Amino acid sequence: MELLLAVTVGVLYAAGLYLLLRRSLVKVIVGLALLTNGANLLIFTAAGLVRGRPPLMEAGETVPAAPFADPVPQALILTAIVIGFGLQAFAMALAYRVYRESGSEDVDALRTTEDPSISLPKVGAGQ
Amino acid sequence: MNWPVALPLVTMLASSVAALALLPYRRTQEGIALAGMVALTGAAGWLLLETWDGDILVLQAGNWPAPFGITLVADLFAAIMVMLAAIVGLAATMYSVGTIDAARERYGYYPLLNILVLGVCGAFLTGDLFNLYVWFEVLLVASFVIMALGGRRPQAEGALKYVALNLVSSILFLSGVGLLYAATGTLNMADLSLRVAEAESDGYMTAIAMLFLTSFGIKAAMFPLFFWLPASYHTAPAPVAALFAGLLTKVGVYALIRVFTLIFTADVGYTHTIILWLSVATMVTGVLGAVSHNDVKRILSFHIISQIGYMTMGLALFTPLALAGSIFYIAHHIIVKTNLFFVAGLIRRLGGSYELAHIGGLAKSKPLLAVLFFIPAFSLGGIPPLSGFFAKFVLIRAAAEEGEYVALGFALGVGLLTLLSMTKIFVEAFLKPAPEGHTTPPGRASGWNYVPIAGMAALTLVLGFVAEPFFSAADEAARQLMEPEQYITAVLGGPE
Repeated sequence: MELLLAVTVGVLYAAGLYLLLRRSLVKVIVGLALLTNGANLLIFTAAGLVRGRPPLMEAGETVPAAPFADPVPQALILTAIVIGFGLQAFAMALAYRVYRESGSEDVDALRTTEDPSISLPKVGAGQ
Repeated sequence: MNWPVALPLVTMLASSVAALALLPYRRTQEGIALAGMVALTGAAGWLLLETWDGDILVLQAGNWPAPFGITLVADLFAAIMVMLAAIVGLAATMYSVGTIDAARERYGYYPLLNILVLGVCGAFLTGDLFNLYVWFEVLLVASFVIMALGGRRPQAEGALKYVALNLVSSILFLSGVGLLYAATGTLNMADLSLRVAEAESDGYMTAIAMLFLTSFGIKAAMFPLFFWLPASYHTAPAPVAALFAGLLTKVGVYALIRVFTLIFTADVGYTHTIILWLSVATMVTGVLGAVSHNDVKRILSFHIISQIGYMTMGLALFTPLALAGSIFYIAHHIIVKTNLFFVAGLIRRLGGSYELAHIGGLAKSKPLLAVLFFIPAFSLGGIPPLSGFFAKFVLIRAAAEEGEYVALGFALGVGLLTLLSMTKIFVEAFLKPAPEGHTTPPGRASGWNYVPIAGMAALTLVLGFVAEPFFSAADEAARQLMEPEQYITAVLGGPE
């Protein structure tokens, strides 16, 4: 089971990094999503898998009998999933905004921040 | 219970919630944000006072003993950083009042500002690695939104680059956290310090250390991972750019220093040598980028990168003196860099452009602004007796003591180029006559805009002329970092 998950994690990282290097903005976002889920699975797998042994203590004991499934990684992943979800939603909204402003979803076309000849347009008194 | 540790977080949380609840009322929001920042400065001052003599304050959240619960720790380094965050937050809020446009205010600019500073303070105060990840995300999400808020095409593109690279950095951080937990079974930093020292397979730990170096390196804008910074910072409005420039990369540097003094110290010869050469490359590429540009904000953005190199060089040398130099450098840099971005905002407003070719003659028309630019700019360049001189002097002396003469040579050369490009801005924007056909723009600056700038300039002067007490504090903070036993005992409770 560990081996299967380890391979899955590897595939998710590889696919995520590959997509990050693509020119299409949508693919970059999908790549980030794959990487996030790869990281979550990595935490889950690396901490060790124990099946059917919840960390419950017998009455009078202070430590559950080994082996038991470690609840900490699962709590960490739960937090990480929520955070990752929020960030991906934001990244998608931002990507859509960039598409609306620039009319392109080609990452190579997003060069207005690099070009010294384009001075920044005025956006109200905030500058 | 050590309440001073939690107080900065509680104040920021309260003020951001209050500002969010009163979103439709612009004036009230500004008032709440300002009051929150003033309260934070007070809380940070209290914390600094409590830790000044070398005590380490620890708060176990929910009274769960470490390493089982989440621990908040304030050693002197953390307290200094919280104080700096409070100062920058206060100055940026003051500068924002009256300069930020109504649209940004309507979409929650002030609550976001408070949440951002909340995340920064949380990252400084936490004693738990996963909690550090969560605080990083708090500050990142707030910074993403502030970065993207209200902008047109360049700002949206800049924000996208910023978001994408920082998300990658967070994923690497999370992977490192997972692997470290798998190896040691703990995430409490003090506990980790003990367990990693006991761990047998050094190669595995070093690999994890490199994951953290990459992740924090992206956040700190170290070579070769800095490309998001000059692509995004200059697109944001002046107070936002100032806050980001002053604080955010320094959170990355703080995390690097914390992790590489407390946890990954088993193979210093390997890890810290890599950090040393990355630092040198960071300094050089940053300053070359700055010299090659002619836009005030872009020049300043590249200087952030080159200055990061000095801070991490102190970490790489890994002696008490070098770390003290790093801490002093961080304090100097945060104050100076924030102020330079404030001044850049006024140059744009009064001169009409960030482009050096399009402006000039500001020394004659705005002599006060010229003076207020001169102080932080030449402090950054390292002119004695301003704060930058002492910061560079200590680091270079530490490098000489360690015999790292190549790094020392580069540090000196980069200092000269820094001075050159600061002089360039000063000559072009202030001294040379205004270009042909230049019309003074209608933009005006009220006296209120000068208050944070003058305050930060005064702090620069104090750090320079009365450096001794500040430097001895940095020295004490560095001692605590180099001898982590006190930190570990304070958190885990040792034999007393």
